Amino acid sequence: MKTPTDQTGNKEESPEVVIIRYNAGNIRSVLFALERIGIEAVVTDDPDIIRGAGKVIFPGVGEASTAMQYLKERELDKLIVSLTQPVLGICLGMQLLCSHSEENDTPCIGVFDNVTVQRFNPAQASLKVPQIGWNTISGLRSSLFQEVPENSYCYFVHGYYAGIRPYTIATTEYGHCYSSALQKNNFYGVQFHPEKSALAGEQILKNFLAISL
Amino acid sequence: MTMLTKRIIPCLDIKDGRTVKGTNFVELRDAGDPVELAMRYCAEGADELVFLDITATTEKRKTLAQLVRNIATHINIPFTVGGGISSVDDVRVLLDNGADKISLNTSAVQNPSLINQLSSQFGSQCVVVAIDVKRIHGVWTVVTHGGRTPTTLPAIAWAQQVCDAGAGEILLTSMEHDGTKSGFALDITREIAAAVPVPVIASGGGGIMQHFEEVFQDARADAALAASIFHFREIGIGELKKYLHQQQIPVRLI
Repeated sequence: MKTPTDQTGNKEESPEVVIIRYNAGNIRSVLFALERIGIEAVVTDDPDIIRGAGKVIFPGVGEASTAMQYLKERELDKLIVSLTQPVLGICLGMQLLCSHSEENDTPCIGVFDNVTVQRFNPAQASLKVPQIGWNTISGLRSSLFQEVPENSYCYFVHGYYAGIRPYTIATTEYGHCYSSALQKNNFYGVQFHPEKSALAGEQILKNFLAISL
Repeated sequence: MTMLTKRIIPCLDIKDGRTVKGTNFVELRDAGDPVELAMRYCAEGADELVFLDITATTEKRKTLAQLVRNIATHINIPFTVGGGISSVDDVRVLLDNGADKISLNTSAVQNPSLINQLSSQFGSQCVVVAIDVKRIHGVWTVVTHGGRTPTTLPAIAWAQQVCDAGAGEILLTSMEHDGTKSGFALDITREIAAAVPVPVIASGGGGIMQHFEEVFQDARADAALAASIFHFREIGIGELKKYLHQQQIPVRLI
């Protein structure tokens, strides 16, 4: 869906909710989740449409270095860091908003500065890596979690994690405590998949869409 | 104490767009509309769903894709689609229509490189390899084509091989136990769960709530899958999870 330019050079309105298209997996799951709560979103990699949107969702699962390379080639990394509307990174999206990922030693976008994404140590407590399944989110402190009860269950799929930092707005335990959500200014990141986390996830998506800066 | 929970996964066997469940994969009974059933399971607290298209053929692909799209717009938990998947294109269609994961079975045995292709293209997180096993001369061995065709692959070695190739989860079904309601195959589940780095979903034989307790507690399965006992309401998912919680097994209560 392209927004055509009219004769005066003014663009037609960008859609309210945009999902950034890139080479990561499961992007359409977010589209379907929004559809379930009655929100129409557009999946696009068009910089103008992304810049003009009311809310931007940066989802995805996959490998960090391949994703960063793709984003850099299209200068989407620079675009993302410059966004001023509410932005929600999900799973890999959240990790790419951090400064660095141990996954193939990848420099990331760096919105969440001084946050390094590390690999779970499988030797510890016979952990399966990646973590797959439902775990709780605790220490909730953000409007993103309005009406979401403390220790709600959310669905996780990830082999890498961000540690506890000043930006941490939710924590989860898997071998040790880590950040299941981060926030800095207009940027939000969640490690779990709200689009697959039943009612708690739907509430988090609704809360994100209700944020007004 | 908060921690990763054990998952309860109802399986819906799909034939011509309807849910069916057989005993030992042969005799089929109609158990209803898949989307309606899926929504019921979600409401009862299922952690994930598996849809297995047991009559998947080329001409049925389109119907399956539409069903997947329909499921994706109605349920808010992860779901896996399996049955007759043999190419990257098959998988792309299912993921594009909203499936979170796909499961390979016979096609993984026939063409193991498909696992590598899928995991590098779409990520390991969406590649479930289903392994059907049977004891042949006392050795747990992989069988294919719904249990009809024996192979020479020892179950544990095959499980390790599919993980090396990029499988994100293993769905282990004992064909001796499937449909019997006599309990899961604890020994082979335990051995495979210990031998691989990825989660193992135990399937086949769950008949009473204690069976689920055993497969989590004794066999260290990460998830347990069952079909008919949930379809025909012999065990409610809610009561099963309450029971497991009472046995100190971490589960998601809703």
